[in-house]
Amino acid sequence: MLVATLLVASFAIYGALYLAPGSPIAALTGGRSVPPEVLAQLEERYHLNEPFLTRYWLWLTSALHGDLGESIPLHEQVSTLISQRIGVTISLVLLTSVIIIVVGVGLGIVGALGRGTVDTGVLFASTVSAALPAFAAAVILQFVFGVMLGWFPVLGTGDGFVDGLRHLTLPALALAATSVALVTRVTRTAVREELGREHVQTAISRGLPWSGVVQRHVLRNAAIPITTVVGITIASLIALAAIVETAFGLNGLGAYLVQAAQNKDFAVVQGISLVLVFAFVITNVVIDIAYALLDPRVTLGSRAQ
Amino acid sequence: MSSLLEVRDLTVALAMDSGPREVITGTSLEISAGEAMGLVGESGSGKSMTAKAIARLLPDGAKVTGSVIFDGTDVLSLSGDALLKHRAEVAVVFQDPRAHINPVRRISDFMTESLRILDDVPRTEAVRKAAAALEEVGIDDPAKRLRQFPHELSGGMLQRVMIATALLSEPRLLLADECTTALDVTTQAEVMAILDDLRRDRGLSMLFITHDLELAGAVCDRTCVMYAGQIVETSVASRLHEDPLHPYSAALVQARPDITSTADRLVAIPGRPVSAFEAPSGCRFAPRCPHAQESCRAHEQILTGLDGGLVRCERATDLRGTLLDGAHV
Repeated sequence: MLVATLLVASFAIYGALYLAPGSPIAALTGGRSVPPEVLAQLEERYHLNEPFLTRYWLWLTSALHGDLGESIPLHEQVSTLISQRIGVTISLVLLTSVIIIVVGVGLGIVGALGRGTVDTGVLFASTVSAALPAFAAAVILQFVFGVMLGWFPVLGTGDGFVDGLRHLTLPALALAATSVALVTRVTRTAVREELGREHVQTAISRGLPWSGVVQRHVLRNAAIPITTVVGITIASLIALAAIVETAFGLNGLGAYLVQAAQNKDFAVVQGISLVLVFAFVITNVVIDIAYALLDPRVTLGSRAQ
Repeated sequence: MSSLLEVRDLTVALAMDSGPREVITGTSLEISAGEAMGLVGESGSGKSMTAKAIARLLPDGAKVTGSVIFDGTDVLSLSGDALLKHRAEVAVVFQDPRAHINPVRRISDFMTESLRILDDVPRTEAVRKAAAALEEVGIDDPAKRLRQFPHELSGGMLQRVMIATALLSEPRLLLADECTTALDVTTQAEVMAILDDLRRDRGLSMLFITHDLELAGAVCDRTCVMYAGQIVETSVASRLHEDPLHPYSAALVQARPDITSTADRLVAIPGRPVSAFEAPSGCRFAPRCPHAQESCRAHEQILTGLDGGLVRCERATDLRGTLLDGAHV
């Protein structure tokens, strides 16, 4: 399953770039006219004269050996270029995930359990947050916390753990805004729904204290739908990170993907895309495993009634 | 006779979007220690709500008046720890065990949680008790069942788990809310026999809610019949289906097909059951009653003693003994 997904995705990525207008030679030569023998030499070197499927096969087999090819404009190994930047993206996505889980799930539970004003407040906050796309959130956060208050840096990656964390805080918040709202809403609904279940009434009827009922029955069961949404949300962050990385001048994979696509740096685009798809697939596998652990009715590989 | 539970003039209104809706009107009943009381009636007559009021499980916003006294304690005024303690003393066996047992926790966890949390019984000790309780309700290989999840057990098995669990915390009153309705007939009989045996062994009091007059007659000492939120008749359970005092009880008895004769049509009570909030003034059963007269509709009917039972019908004395003659339905 996992392998099949990766194979199909890699083919789609390779095919899309093959069909896209423009050629890497043009990007390399900057549009100048080149003698035909140089052109032939370049085509030979980058296998551009081979048929599509052969090129795909060459790329795929070397990718399996960890060799993602060479960036034509930069003359550097794609794997080196990726490994230089992947740390930033991973840190950003991890920090954002923590924010989404802590704030989103937390607010959702608070909203579901506390009725009246508390719940209305949570709904209001999540509506505002849902209406903030990452690029808008980035600008607002930069202006308020970076420029006006000066609490956080607005650009760059920073050095060391603490400084790095300071540099990543605003980007992570910007990236989390929409997702937090989604997770809050889903958590609130899931907890509410679970509160009304018959088995919760059984627990109450047995004289168990409210905190125990909530922990052992309401939250435990609500965790199943919440995990699904949190997982999907985090998986999608990997791609969304591009916008935030560009806005905050972070040297991460997302921003580099955009840059490489503009430069027609095919090998880099393919490499990064493959890494993103891989991360997405891995995240989904983790969700599936979590799901089976949380719900005994689900067994890995099949779904029992 | 000292009563363990005394419900006096209980009236319950539930909060609906359209305003409060009365579901029980002035219900009174008493259960002595060791006694089994049946509570019979059609859907919406207020049976389950009575049980919920006794266990303090009514939904938020319900307005309750009257009193519920359990072993000298005013149940309706309880809060905090005292309320939790009351709920622990009153065990409820619900209708649908599959919905009423948490699907993601193991049977052992479900069975032992109140022992471990409320009584601080160590886990191994609690599991041992649970295994013994499962054996008592006739479940083989309890160790294996305890490790399983609810979806791995049949409905009848789950209801036995529910009963075993209810008895495990040594309650003083058992509320059985249509606990066999969701099961098939053979399983129903087995589960009922187990419940009846265990209850008698322990001298436990029970409020047994059911649609089935004869079943109530078989396992209960006395039976109350409810209609539209009111108790219309209380009498010795075994007598109710032979000699009902209220026309509604008689109609319920007649609506049950007779196994020894062939009927062309099943006898049904004309009209549809009503809830307390939509009931007419005067006698609430009058619109569906073949014996109703002008005066029935004019006066609120009062529960009065007759022949050792209680009946809410002004014509009860006139109709005495003729209700099952069959000519009128």
